[in-house]
Amino acid sequence: MASRVLILFAHPALHRSRINAALMEAVQGMEGVTFRDLYEEYPTLHVDVETEQELLLEHDVIVWQHPFYWYSAPALLKEWQDVVLEYGFAYGEGGTRLVGKRVLSALTTGGPEEAYQKTGYNRFTMRELLAPFAQTSFLCGMEYLEPFIIHGVRGLTAEQVQEWAQRYRARIAALVAGD
Amino acid sequence: MSQDFLFQAVIYLLAAVVAVPVAKRAGLGSVLGYLLAGVVIGPSVLNLVGQVEDVQHVAEFGVVMMLFVVGLELRPSLLWRLRGPILGTGSAQVVFTAAGVTGLGLLCGLAWPVALTVGLTLAMSSTAIVIQSLAERGVLNTRGGQACFSVLLFQDIAVIPILAVLPWLAEINGGSAGHGGGAEAHGHESALAHLPPWAQTLSTIGAVVAVVIVTHYFLRYVFRYVAASKLREMFTVVALLVVAGVAWLMHLVGLSAALGTFIAGVVLAESEYRHQLEADVEPFKGLLLGLFFIAVGAGLNLGLVAAQPGLIASLVIGLVGVKFLVLLLLGLGFRLGAGSSLLFACALAQGGEFCFVLLGMGGQLGLLTPDVSAPLSAAVALSMTLTPLLLIVNDRLIQPRFAKLTPKREADAVESHDNPIILAGFGRFGHIVGRLLQANGFGVTVLDNDPDQVEMLGRFGLRSFYGDASRADLLAAAGAEKARLFVCAVDDEAKSLEIVDLVQHEFPHLRILARAVNRNHAYELIKRGVSDFRRDTLGSALDLGTDVLRAMGFRAHRAVRATELFRCYEEESVRELAEHASGDQATYISMARQHLENLESVFRQDLKRHHLDTEDAWDTAGPKET
Ligand SMILES: Cc1cc2nc3c(=O)[nH]c(=O)nc-3n(C[C@H](O)[C@H](O)[C@H](O)COP(=O)(O)O)c2cc1C
Repeated sequence: MASRVLILFAHPALHRSRINAALMEAVQGMEGVTFRDLYEEYPTLHVDVETEQELLLEHDVIVWQHPFYWYSAPALLKEWQDVVLEYGFAYGEGGTRLVGKRVLSALTTGGPEEAYQKTGYNRFTMRELLAPFAQTSFLCGMEYLEPFIIHGVRGLTAEQVQEWAQRYRARIAALVAGD
Repeated sequence: MSQDFLFQAVIYLLAAVVAVPVAKRAGLGSVLGYLLAGVVIGPSVLNLVGQVEDVQHVAEFGVVMMLFVVGLELRPSLLWRLRGPILGTGSAQVVFTAAGVTGLGLLCGLAWPVALTVGLTLAMSSTAIVIQSLAERGVLNTRGGQACFSVLLFQDIAVIPILAVLPWLAEINGGSAGHGGGAEAHGHESALAHLPPWAQTLSTIGAVVAVVIVTHYFLRYVFRYVAASKLREMFTVVALLVVAGVAWLMHLVGLSAALGTFIAGVVLAESEYRHQLEADVEPFKGLLLGLFFIAVGAGLNLGLVAAQPGLIASLVIGLVGVKFLVLLLLGLGFRLGAGSSLLFACALAQGGEFCFVLLGMGGQLGLLTPDVSAPLSAAVALSMTLTPLLLIVNDRLIQPRFAKLTPKREADAVESHDNPIILAGFGRFGHIVGRLLQANGFGVTVLDNDPDQVEMLGRFGLRSFYGDASRADLLAAAGAEKARLFVCAVDDEAKSLEIVDLVQHEFPHLRILARAVNRNHAYELIKRGVSDFRRDTLGSALDLGTDVLRAMGFRAHRAVRATELFRCYEEESVRELAEHASGDQATYISMARQHLENLESVFRQDLKRHHLDTEDAWDTAGPKET
């Protein structure tokens, strides 16, 4: 059975983006996919909780797509989590509305893959650094999927960027298809 | 103008000026000051004034105005909530006090109709003294205060049937009274005397209904029309006309004028002109009420007191004692709580101005012989003088004990006209501020001096009051003493500064937040130390600017950031330039130009700064070597 996928995209300076702009373009207009550009929706960081919660209920898979900023997400995605994942809706008493959904982190990092090792200069693995996202999903009863990560994005050639964009599209298509 | 009149005026005013501030400073309250001033200039001491009764008649208009003002502060809904106390406590007070006093009278050997007359008469208390004293203490809106008020209001109503009953009592007593009827019964000629009783009743009811209807539906147009003429004194004239007109009409049909104006006041309490009316009537009320108290003091027959000290003393003690006891028991019976009951008992334990009227009537009807009514008159006047003293005892010795036991009790019933925010100017700018505040549950008292605006907003269900916020008395009437914030949103620079100056001077506790209509206005506000101001076009211009940036292809968030950066610079620059604005013109202009250039460079820098997109080195960045 086909799944409905909601991509929540957070990039505060898209006019400067290379990789995320390409990823965004690749998934635009796909069947079964809702693409939501959070910084465009909420330029003043004032998130409309009701709308966002309704959208969550209408989808089976949620994708958090963003550049990796200071080992985390840009501020608006955090704000989105803070206000949308309410007590009684997403967690806590009666907070079971998201149970059974799946979550994918799709992110791009400036640092190369080697840097995200115990011995690298970032000292932690991506899995470790993404623990808050994984645990957030867990608490809401959602399955946290294997993240989609593109490392060392500055060094990518134009062709490589296109390759990654196609790979991203394929991953999203697979989610829609239900695997 | 006769010389005598001027001399009298000088004496009265001088007495007030000398006595009242001294009394107030000594913590005795203004009422006692007036009463004592009256005693001193009266026939018993200095004998400087002639016909006290004449003055008293004029001054009674002060009581009428006072009830008008009280009515203005009482919304119909609150009055409706007080119906229980008015009818219950009020009637119980009259019945039990009258019974108690009548009983004492019988014991003293009076015939029963005479004893009953005395009883009914002394059941009355002094509206003027009680309300003025309680208002001065700010306890009118507490449980105890409202109970007092309810009883006084009931007495005002009860006077009418009592006046009607006296001739009948006189007849039973075998006195010289003619047939009972409106004419004598009301002391003053009622225009309805020749009508049959049912027609009299009908006309009386008709008059009250007319007052309510005219005040409610018709007066607003008159106020609006007059206000639009922008002649300040015309509004005062109309306000006085309303009070005088209603009082006259009530007199005509034999009702208490005070009751009539009170009703008119209550009806107008819902009106947008309320605060302005209050501010206009207030000084006249104060003046006449003062005169009334002086007249009461001057009317005190000290000669009689000196001649029969024992009799008068026992009358006063009996009067105050019986009333105090009845009131205290009623207060406890109606569950006011001990503290409020004591206030209630202290406040109302005196005879009132109606006593003089009723005693006079009794005399005319042959019910009361002078040897009964003269000592009673003196006792009533003395009991009125005692009230402020009793209240002081209550304040200093009694209430402190209860304050500790029941800390918040008194504050419960406060009707919250005491909004924390006053908003001046409810036009295109102010109404947005006002609505935002109301939407978030903050009580706002709104003033605007454009009658059309007030009217128009009223039609959309937004409450505002007509009035000129640059008048201290109006601000006081709007509750400036108790408010915390003052929002000045008027659109005229000069007016705005006038208001700011006034508020800073008269109500320094208010924090001012102001609308600035242009840069210069902003400079003037800064000079006055008002740092919470907003230039009225800046916000919306920046909003539109953001939209334009977006229309030109900026991402929404980027446009917002650009706008915010601009705003910061703009506000900083106004504050910096303010220092030079009042100084040398040339320096100011060169400074201003400098700032404009700076602005450009800020933008150029901003472009270079590339928010969030500096050449990032996240692929090579290792921790710093140490
Ligand atoms: C404010 C900021 C913080 C960043 N923090 C990190 C980081 O913690 N780790 C990392 O590997 N890259 C970091 N980067 C690099 C971004 O991840 C990289 O520029 C981004 O993924 C490029 O995507 P784009 O071309 O779509 O903008 C940061 C970049 C910025 C602007």
